[in-house]
Amino acid sequence: MTTSPPTQILTELNVQNISVAYDGVTVVKEADFTLKIGEIGCFLGSSGCGKSTLLRAIAGFETLSSGCITFDGIVLSTPTNTVEPENRNMGMVFQDIALFPHLTIRQNIEFGIQHLNKHERQARVEHLLTLVELEGFEERYPDSLSGGQQQRIALVRAIAPKPKLLLMDEPFSGLDAKLREELVPDIRTVLLKEKISAILVTHDQMEAFAMADHIAIMDKGCIHQSASPYEVYHRPSTRFVASFIGYGDFLTAKVRDAYSIDSDLGVIKSDIEHGFTIGDEVDLLIRPDDVLHDDDSQFTGMIMNRWFRGSHFLYRVKLDTGKIIYCFASSHHNHCVGQSIGLTVDIDHLVLFAKK
Amino acid sequence: MSQRTLLKTLSIVIACVLFFPVLVIIGSVFTGQATVWSHLFQTVLFDYINNSLLLMLGVAVGTLLLGVPTAWLTSVCEFPGRRWLSWALLLPLAVPAYIIAYTYTGLLDFAGPVQTLIRDVFGLEYGEYWFFEVRSLQGAIVMLSLVLYPYVYLMSRTAFLEQSANTLEVSRSLGYSHARSFFKLALPLARPAIVAGVTLALMETLADYGTVQYFGVSTFTTGIMRTFYGFGDVPAAYQLASVLLLFVVCLILLERYSRRRLSYHLSGLRKTSHRRIKLSNNTAWMATTLCFSPIFLGFIIPAGQLLYWAMFKLESLNAAFFLLAWHSFYLAAIAAIIAVFLALLMAYAARLNKDYSVRLAVSSVGLGYALPGTIIALGIIVPFAWLDNKIIDFIESFVGIDVGLLLSGTLFALLFAYTVRFMAVSLGAIQSGLGKITPSIDDAGRSLGLRPIQVLRKLHVPLMSGSVLTALLIVFVDVLKELPATLILRPFNFNTLAVRAHELASDELLADAAPASLMIVLVGLAPVILLSRSIDTRKNARKNMEKDMRTKSGKKQP
Repeated sequence: MTTSPPTQILTELNVQNISVAYDGVTVVKEADFTLKIGEIGCFLGSSGCGKSTLLRAIAGFETLSSGCITFDGIVLSTPTNTVEPENRNMGMVFQDIALFPHLTIRQNIEFGIQHLNKHERQARVEHLLTLVELEGFEERYPDSLSGGQQQRIALVRAIAPKPKLLLMDEPFSGLDAKLREELVPDIRTVLLKEKISAILVTHDQMEAFAMADHIAIMDKGCIHQSASPYEVYHRPSTRFVASFIGYGDFLTAKVRDAYSIDSDLGVIKSDIEHGFTIGDEVDLLIRPDDVLHDDDSQFTGMIMNRWFRGSHFLYRVKLDTGKIIYCFASSHHNHCVGQSIGLTVDIDHLVLFAKK
Repeated sequence: MSQRTLLKTLSIVIACVLFFPVLVIIGSVFTGQATVWSHLFQTVLFDYINNSLLLMLGVAVGTLLLGVPTAWLTSVCEFPGRRWLSWALLLPLAVPAYIIAYTYTGLLDFAGPVQTLIRDVFGLEYGEYWFFEVRSLQGAIVMLSLVLYPYVYLMSRTAFLEQSANTLEVSRSLGYSHARSFFKLALPLARPAIVAGVTLALMETLADYGTVQYFGVSTFTTGIMRTFYGFGDVPAAYQLASVLLLFVVCLILLERYSRRRLSYHLSGLRKTSHRRIKLSNNTAWMATTLCFSPIFLGFIIPAGQLLYWAMFKLESLNAAFFLLAWHSFYLAAIAAIIAVFLALLMAYAARLNKDYSVRLAVSSVGLGYALPGTIIALGIIVPFAWLDNKIIDFIESFVGIDVGLLLSGTLFALLFAYTVRFMAVSLGAIQSGLGKITPSIDDAGRSLGLRPIQVLRKLHVPLMSGSVLTALLIVFVDVLKELPATLILRPFNFNTLAVRAHELASDELLADAAPASLMIVLVGLAPVILLSRSIDTRKNARKNMEKDMRTKSGKKQP
């Protein structure tokens, strides 16, 4: 587990070692997470991993059983004291959208800015509706809007009071795939424009990659890794992260020296020290894009299955040693199932785990 | 203290206060003297148990016979008038049992039109012919069955509608006739729902005082009243009440048990649309007749008789009558507002706090509906009188003024009793309304700066205004019909429509009782119309059942 060192000046949200339990069952275990100004964070994990609970703890809907949440230097949650959600200045967007059905779009957006005068409210509503390209919808009721439009309104309702942090609990999972693809970049643009930090909860890696600057991968209540999308993909810190994110296989290998290992695909050398002792048995994470198709290579594999992906092929190949791995190849390299192809490895950073 | 904890504490306090009368009755079991018990054993106890059990048995059979076949016919078959019969079958629900008892007594007793006609036609004199004695145990069974069968009808109809058409089609394809499918499949599948309906009817039966008292049947409720007022034997009345409570507890357990099985039976059934069985000409008209007769006997005849009487008593629509109506209305309105207000607080507290204590508080309040008004009234009157004396002594010793009774014999005691008894009704309606609001509405409101109570006021109440109005209406009507608790607890010389109708009928002035009775029936129609408005569609049937079950037991649907 990695945590970035506490840099108090830049850190907006600081989740320190928190646990949340319901009826004696710990749902979030000793989670650490930090989010800087203007960043969009993400809790990524499969359902039941505790990601929503963690988000709700930050929002103030859950009581901590241990740890501490501070925001902008102010302590918000400890096991003995929880600042009420309405006093946190955080916006929230929900999976089921939760627009108030008895209020018009204008009344929904104005709901959190009652302290402003009429003129200011009106200006804010106009500005926000322009931002999400829904001008002219002020007097309509939520049920006359499509799912995507409703979610946009839910977003602007949440950011209308200019919260310092926006929390989004699976905001796109109720929408169909096409709508989601349109909405995700839109919302990212809006957040950046309004300079609002945000945390997104999702089970969809692509959504996380498209939206977040900073991803925390969760499983069984623990944060396994908290890093940039690039890092969680290429430098997974635990075996779980390695197998959860993207495609990948583990190859058994033996440590040769501080930089290289001996694998089914020959000796592979890393740029930096990998930290294992010579002679150790290790598992090497190998991603489809780490394996190149190379007819001159001494290592070959037989194609077991293949998927045409337009710009490239994804092959499932069986190595001579019997191990099966994924391999990307340019879409010009059209081979049939059963054919043998030459393979080389192109890795500059070894991802190794102690052998199970 | 956060508002959440505040609401939690408040709802536990409310539950304790509302449960207090029951505790008083339970407590009396342990304080009761052996001599009181042995006296009861030797004299009246077995009579009461015997009559109450016979009454329950009879009403169970009666409501089953009236409720189940009509439910099956209207939900599965097609025959002339099915659509309007299916909601009209609920109409008898608007007639309180004691009122139907008065009307049939007027019709069928010796001086009534039916027997007079028989004597005139056949030239017979008194004693020369046999005629059904309406003022008897059997008569009470018939009266109660005629107005209570809608519970069974409603529950079993919903169950039949929920049954997958596939299940029945499979049984047909395996060579079962419609009739055999009904007995082998439809009926067993609907059994938990039917049992739940019968238990609701039996709770009403146990609670009934007006009918059995008028017919001179010695059951627990009449026994308790007689012991309490007639003999002034308070300890014995309490002992009787505790035995009655035991009966009630058995019914509650039975109801809860069948409810659990109900949710099991209904889950997982694929809902497809029924193709109704088209009955052949003769059978179809038989079905129409069969479904019409409970409506005819349970609503049209009593309502017609009341109307007929009332027309001759138009002069009785004087200031006194309107004062009576005014008493009834404002009492019912205040009770409804209190019950709904408390229900809102408790239901919201339960939504905010998922812990055991609030759940227990809510379900203990939900038991109120099963409690006969006599038990509640007894549980209130003695502790209130004691408290009153203490207060009077206290104030007199300090200030030297006799303030008089503050609690007992005032509207306060009456309103308290109504709240205990009907809180479950409002709680059920409110909880079902609240259950339909997704929890993220609460969270959204909170994250936009609302305090918990503001969420209830600004979001929940407007969003479920329908449920709130339903709750108000149902409590209002139930209070209007309530008789035994009102009789015991009302202030001196304070009359309501129900009490006045009861008094006049007891004095054999049946026709004079008609305007008040008619008024009660007419107001009672409102919730029935509400219930029947959407009964025909499958989706609504399920909703109705849930609403009905919730309002009747105050229990949240699993």
